[in-house]
Amino acid sequence: MPSMLKFVVIRVLQAVPVLLAIAVLTFCMVRLAPGDPFSDEKNMPEEIRANLLARYGLNDPLPKQFVRFMGDLFRGDLPSYKYVGRTVNELIAQAFPVSLELGLYALVVALAVGLPAGVIAALKRNSAWDYLPMSAAMTGICLPTFVMGPLLALVLAVWLGWLNPLGWESWSDRILPSLTLGLYYAAYVARLARGGMLEILSQDFIRTARAKGLPERTVVLKHALKGGLLPVVSFLGPAFAGMISGSFVVETIFFVPGLGRFFVNAAFNRDYTMVMGTVLFYATLIILLNLVVDVAYVLINPKARLTDA
Amino acid sequence: MPDKAHAEPASSSGVAPSRPVGSSLWRDAWYRLGRNRMALLGLVFFVVVTLLCSLAPWLSSYRYNATDLAYGARGPCAEHLLGTDTLGRDLLARCLYGGRVSISVGFLATGVSLLIGVLYGAVSGFVGGKTDSVMMRLVDILYALPFTVFVILLMVAFGQDIRLLFVAIGAVTWLTMARIVRGQVLSIREQEYIDAAIALGLSRPRIILRHVIPNVLGPIIVYATLTVPSVMLLEAMLSFLGLGIQPPMSSWGVLIKEGAAKMDVYPWLLIGPALFFSLTLFSLNFLGDGLRDALDPESARD
Repeated sequence: MPSMLKFVVIRVLQAVPVLLAIAVLTFCMVRLAPGDPFSDEKNMPEEIRANLLARYGLNDPLPKQFVRFMGDLFRGDLPSYKYVGRTVNELIAQAFPVSLELGLYALVVALAVGLPAGVIAALKRNSAWDYLPMSAAMTGICLPTFVMGPLLALVLAVWLGWLNPLGWESWSDRILPSLTLGLYYAAYVARLARGGMLEILSQDFIRTARAKGLPERTVVLKHALKGGLLPVVSFLGPAFAGMISGSFVVETIFFVPGLGRFFVNAAFNRDYTMVMGTVLFYATLIILLNLVVDVAYVLINPKARLTDA
Repeated sequence: MPDKAHAEPASSSGVAPSRPVGSSLWRDAWYRLGRNRMALLGLVFFVVVTLLCSLAPWLSSYRYNATDLAYGARGPCAEHLLGTDTLGRDLLARCLYGGRVSISVGFLATGVSLLIGVLYGAVSGFVGGKTDSVMMRLVDILYALPFTVFVILLMVAFGQDIRLLFVAIGAVTWLTMARIVRGQVLSIREQEYIDAAIALGLSRPRIILRHVIPNVLGPIIVYATLTVPSVMLLEAMLSFLGLGIQPPMSSWGVLIKEGAAKMDVYPWLLIGPALFFSLTLFSLNFLGDGLRDALDPESARD
């Protein structure tokens, strides 16, 4: 499919200036911020601090620093100021798999809970099977991760004593963070699935399928689901990006050693290089995920057109 | 879209016969909203919570920062309806005072986002052409930024100033508003009354402010109502991470953070503020959904 290839190439090329703009913006923000990577070490003699700043070239003109940052980042030897002797790339490579793992589990939870709930609600519209899951979904949306997380930990870990309240050691430690992150998105998935299914179920080709005597199961599974779940598909990109990048809160609550915690700490510590590295990493990831979702959307929905916007 | 609904009252045939005849779009919408029980309940609840919070200094006999170390942390009782924290501070008073901060952040940041988003979207849609594509390209670029990352960076970079919090949150939530407004304006621009306004020789800013924006108010109000809870969510998340409101000032996010830290011993410290926060979000979301159905009956009729 040459048109598809062209679409992907154009989008990748467009991403380059966007990423550059993000890099400049982030660089300006961290450099405008008061303080420097070494300013919170209270007992550091002025002389040593000056030496450190000079050693990392932090007294150079800003454009020069920016070019050096980017060059080092691409070569993979951008040093972190706080984790002495480690490069930013190493740290990301170490922390990101943890966030990715958490995100994948959360995605499984979101789909396993959200899809059936939404589809059943649409099929049994205006019955208890509709109201109950939809009220639960509304509740889920109003219980953000930082409320849901501690509440789940309170019940499952503190009161029932089934799980550890924090950590990321054994497999059972994965349950609380994954549930917390997944259930929040499950609520959105359920609402989207219900809306999409309701729209499809009211269309003529479904009536035809029913009229020709197909069993309801076939109508739903073979005809309605494909179109009805389109809204969920287009939500998955941002949702998954949110799960792996926006899991700062969940990682903080449960002491998960993922990239989110590294980023928050880096921002607090003015670890410029680490902040630059993570922001660019996140941005690239989100752009890539959106591209994947757009392509997937076209593959399952022949009506959709590829636009390079 | 709202004016379309207005022009064709026959299209909403499912409405009861007692429907006021020949009424304005707004009275029509108000009537539809009144029939939506959940939305009405949401409105009432939100007004009550807002009133309670803003009148907290006169309602509560406890100050939010009045400590009673000898009393300490005790569960809910008749004297302290939600209990007290480890410093003996009345939790209900703290929740009400925290609500003042949370709710005002919600409104002010939504205001910032409205101001930027509506003007940006209206100008982009109305001017059109190259300007439009450049302006929307910029929005696309900003969309590619990981939002939370951006806000965290802003808060860390420029100190934890509460005024800055409004601006930072407003500055990242205006994008969707700009897109919605632009889409609406694109269709309004083609209408005859805009041609008439141009033919009369009115200036562009005047046409945008007096003729375009009032006609997209419906979607703006709906989206703004849904922005308030998402902004409150963002504030609470930042406060939870320790980047938002700083103690001794409190917001619901701060209280939830404090409660979560001590939940194994004093669970009510988590449950009280969590209830306040979640119920308020609940009411605002129901109100927003109801407003959408009321102002824009063509969409989301399910």
